[in-house]
Amino acid sequence: MNTATKSNYPLTYDNGKPRKTVGQIVSYIVLVLWAIISVFPVYWMLTFSLKTNEEIFGENVIGLPKYWVWENYTRAMNTGNMPLYFLNSVIVAVSTIIITLLASVMATYAITRLDWKGRKSMNKFFMLGLTIPIHASIVPLYTTLAKIKMLNSYFALILPYSAFSLAMGILISIGFMGDIPYDLDEACFLDGCGVWGTFMRVIAPLMMPAVATVGIYTFLQCWNELMFANVFISKDSLKTLPVGVQALSGQYTTDWGPIGAALSIATIPTLLVYVFLSKQIQDSFIAGAVKG
Amino acid sequence: MRRPFSYKLNIFLFLLPALILFIGVLIAPIIMSGYYSLTEWNGLTTPQFIGLANYKELFTSKSINIMRALKNAMLLALLSTCIQLPFALWLALKLSKKPRGERVFLSVYFMPVLISTVVIGQLWIKIYNPDYGVLNLLLRSLGLESWTHVWLGDKNTALWAAFVPILWQYVGYHMLLMYAGIKGVPPELNEAALIDGCTEGQVNWYIIIPYIRPILRVSVIFAVTGSLKSFDLIYVLTNGGPNHATEVPSTLMINLLFLRNRYGMGSTIAVMLIILCFVFAIIINAIFKEDKGR
Repeated sequence: MNTATKSNYPLTYDNGKPRKTVGQIVSYIVLVLWAIISVFPVYWMLTFSLKTNEEIFGENVIGLPKYWVWENYTRAMNTGNMPLYFLNSVIVAVSTIIITLLASVMATYAITRLDWKGRKSMNKFFMLGLTIPIHASIVPLYTTLAKIKMLNSYFALILPYSAFSLAMGILISIGFMGDIPYDLDEACFLDGCGVWGTFMRVIAPLMMPAVATVGIYTFLQCWNELMFANVFISKDSLKTLPVGVQALSGQYTTDWGPIGAALSIATIPTLLVYVFLSKQIQDSFIAGAVKG
Repeated sequence: MRRPFSYKLNIFLFLLPALILFIGVLIAPIIMSGYYSLTEWNGLTTPQFIGLANYKELFTSKSINIMRALKNAMLLALLSTCIQLPFALWLALKLSKKPRGERVFLSVYFMPVLISTVVIGQLWIKIYNPDYGVLNLLLRSLGLESWTHVWLGDKNTALWAAFVPILWQYVGYHMLLMYAGIKGVPPELNEAALIDGCTEGQVNWYIIIPYIRPILRVSVIFAVTGSLKSFDLIYVLTNGGPNHATEVPSTLMINLLFLRNRYGMGSTIAVMLIILCFVFAIIINAIFKEDKGR
């Protein structure tokens, strides 16, 4: 997928050589316009999160803030349980990532490196997970969690999130594990490491790139998830950011600055991850779709 | 070679965490959903088996009105396939020709995919705000006062207003898939065609688009099944209102489950959605295969 070629086709935009036709200029303008449309809501959010209502509502709708009202952020952090929502999201995301990684790298090892009948079917079985919508399990999960008194707990989110990230985790891990030479396994095996020794000493350390890709993908899925978080958690102190922010926005409809700040607080971690790891993030999305 | 028992045990142990999660959270609940869909159940008493009565009620009940929800979801699927995907393909084709700032465009177009739908929904609610939203402000500043609307509150505009952010958010996703596909087209193919005197448009149409057909298939499947399942943005923007104008199957399902405590009927909608997604995936696969034969 990533075989970006260096050759220039005769009819490309050609790095500034003066052969641009009107059509090419028009399409470039459309590209720029769509970039502005793509980025505008986020730009608007970040700027109005630092403005007073007077500016937002008329004086200065889309410009940069004249006075930077950082107070909006302190107010957002002090209203509702914003710091708590943030913490909950971090706890849920980190635990989900750890469980998903562990389960998917272990399963991948058994599917691709250990020799047994039925490993191909096992792989297909797990890949079913790529197509199963979360609707399929919402009622049974809700009623079962209610029965065992596990609604309103971190586990009510961590376990489903891990399970729904699993197929993708395995899919990505298989790709990465294929790049580890079998010689290494064999050498370690001959040295007397058992199956577990090989896994811990050879496979696990060399799977670090997969860990990054799976981790990022899982993070994005559970950081933004709404349906489960909305249904399984009703206690305010356990809400994750999407649900918490949704509740806050409903309560403070007229004070846009602090709401903007709350929305920004929920978004900035994702944006930061994206700025530093945009290539890996894009690759993980491509990997999932091409196979799925 | 006969493997020792401990080897088999180890295989099992390696698979165990994944199997527990997968069966416990995905497979068993699907089977349970299938059963619940055949029962009348308020979540407290034991489920009463009533056969296919829920399915019958679902498609005949005026108060549930599943047809309106399905019609809305199908409209979204249609818009997605006929507007969003062609536009994404156009962007991908243009970007693959290496315009200045290719990487920046790519990253910017994809960014909305990563942002929480709650945040995107809240932002669009503010964009659509009748008094202070940028959309109406823009229209007023252009002297088009009469074009302004209470976008999400008016049942004539709400559906379209709710669809725009959904389509907007995922253009970048489809663009990225197609772009990756185009990058995989062997450059010799392009060059040969160009030397033979094909125009850029002809190369796109006769070489690149047929080549990335498997990716287009995936995109169409995602667009259609995604539309059928759509929930997040509709829930945040309108929650099915005003007066049920923007109801989709998922919002109906959630409302039946948690406002009316109809767990049986909620499961019926869930099962219907899964079957529909499955059927559409098969149909789309068949269409793409058949075309290839020609």
